[in-house]
Amino acid sequence: MAQTMVNTDKMKASNKQAGRKIGGTVAIFVFLTLLGLFMVLPIYLTIIMSIKPVEELFIFPPKLYAMRPTLSNFGDMFDALNSNRVPFSRYVFNSIAVTVSVTVLQCIFASMAAFVLAKCRFPGSKIINSVIVVALLYQSNVIYIMQYIVMAKLGLIDNPLALILPSIASPMGLFLMRQSIGQIPDAMIEAAKVDGAGLFRICWQIVMPNQKPALMTLIIFAFQAAWNIQTGTVVFQEQYKTLPTVVTQAASAGLARAGVAMAAAVFMLVPPIVVFMLAQRQVIETMAHSGIKD
Amino acid sequence: MAQLSAEEIGKKSKKEERRLMWLSMKQNKACYAMIAPFMIFFIIFTVIPVVMSLPMGFTDFNMAQAPKFIGLSNYTTLFLSDKIFIKSIRVTIVFALFTGPVSYVLCFLLAWLINELHPKLKTVFTLIFYAPSMANVYTVWQLIFSGDMNGYINSFLINLGLINSPIQWLTDANYVLGVTIVVQLWISLGAGFLALRAGFQNIDRSMYEAGAIEGIKTRWQELIYIVIPSMGPQLMFAAVMQIVSSFTAGTVAQNLVGFPSTDYRAHTIMTHAYDYGWVRYEMGYSAAICMILFIVMYILNNLISRLLSKYMD
Repeated sequence: MAQTMVNTDKMKASNKQAGRKIGGTVAIFVFLTLLGLFMVLPIYLTIIMSIKPVEELFIFPPKLYAMRPTLSNFGDMFDALNSNRVPFSRYVFNSIAVTVSVTVLQCIFASMAAFVLAKCRFPGSKIINSVIVVALLYQSNVIYIMQYIVMAKLGLIDNPLALILPSIASPMGLFLMRQSIGQIPDAMIEAAKVDGAGLFRICWQIVMPNQKPALMTLIIFAFQAAWNIQTGTVVFQEQYKTLPTVVTQAASAGLARAGVAMAAAVFMLVPPIVVFMLAQRQVIETMAHSGIKD
Repeated sequence: MAQLSAEEIGKKSKKEERRLMWLSMKQNKACYAMIAPFMIFFIIFTVIPVVMSLPMGFTDFNMAQAPKFIGLSNYTTLFLSDKIFIKSIRVTIVFALFTGPVSYVLCFLLAWLINELHPKLKTVFTLIFYAPSMANVYTVWQLIFSGDMNGYINSFLINLGLINSPIQWLTDANYVLGVTIVVQLWISLGAGFLALRAGFQNIDRSMYEAGAIEGIKTRWQELIYIVIPSMGPQLMFAAVMQIVSSFTAGTVAQNLVGFPSTDYRAHTIMTHAYDYGWVRYEMGYSAAICMILFIVMYILNNLISRLLSKYMD
């Protein structure tokens, strides 16, 4: 509690915002903590179960902690992964290659397109804007089949590029960036145009530096989706499989291996959480110095 | 004669229009260049498949043979003789009513409350609330709601003396929809929540300072007069995400209460489409189901964007 008080004090000192009472801030903190404990419970249980020995998984009453914590579930998982013909490091490499290329390309392409769609009027811009929303809303099983047909026509089946190319253009990412870039005052862009800057330079030197919160959020989404790309129906060769595919294989052998499944879930969750923390820190640091004014 | 000349004028102005459009397209070359990388991938992997799938609802398509045009018969079957579809409409409406608005308000409320805290705490709390949507750990949910005494909820309730025998949360027809809604809410602080968090960070500090000078006294006034009016775009984004996730939910129910769920109590429209598409291979019928769902979501999206339009620039 003392910790909170210090924090609220600091906040008050650094904040010129209206009507901040310490009591209110403490109440918010307590409320969020209680709700947060409830929210984090499944994740907490997942971690606990991943370090429980098998015989502890099915005792009554179920415990909220591990009596004799063990890493054997993780050991079993890595054993299962290492028993494949292809070395484990190969899957790690595949996943990193897919995740990095999808995330980087998605962010660059979506940012440029979003800037133009939010701030320029040109023949077709209205249509594209509404097509993006339709693409977000239209979900159908049939799309997967048609996507498969398109990929087959392009010769992408059983080609590692099939894991990357379809995920590059994300309508959700574009929509997120467009909404955010739309808030930048036109005057700022006009001023840059008067100074003779081209659209490309305006986008990367003027607009994007002001878009850190949205861009970091996009990075979180993109990374998370790309990290979970399964090899599924488009790539069959063992040496092109990604981590989620093989980890799911290792974990999906009945409830007797619940511990291994939990270990797999924890293992797969670590990179997205690390990226999340790094990106969120950036989001939060940007406040206060944005310098955007109407 | 007069009519003809009017037509001629029409033709001429159309030609003129086309020339002007071509000119403005040429003028905006840079725009097209900037948008091209995205559009190329978007057209190949999203637009073409979507356009190809649009007419499938009017066909009989089993994936082995070429689709056969059968007019509106999929749609008439759906509404006139598919009792389970009618049931799934009810389930979807209940599900969407409970998860959509509740989770939307929750996303905004939590994003705002977190914003009131010290920067270090912001990151931690954002992670805590977002984490459930990062991990789709259905196994843990099954253990929490497990029907025997080993289930966390059952053992908790038995210990408190509230129940004597374990409740079959995942198979009892009275509970399956409720459990699905709870789990969906749990994992629903996703994209919309993070976008709103980013939106809060984007509000210029000088706006608050100006507000304080102009006599804003409490957090609530600040929220209503400064925050909400400058968050229109993020509110719209979160709304679209919420519409999609609450109307197209299906995987949560399928993974949690099984497929099909007891007495179809957690059978959403999307589950129905999955059933016909991937279990029975009646893709035409499945596409018709998805088309109806899309139309509903599209109308809802337009309604919400009209509601929020006053906050848009």
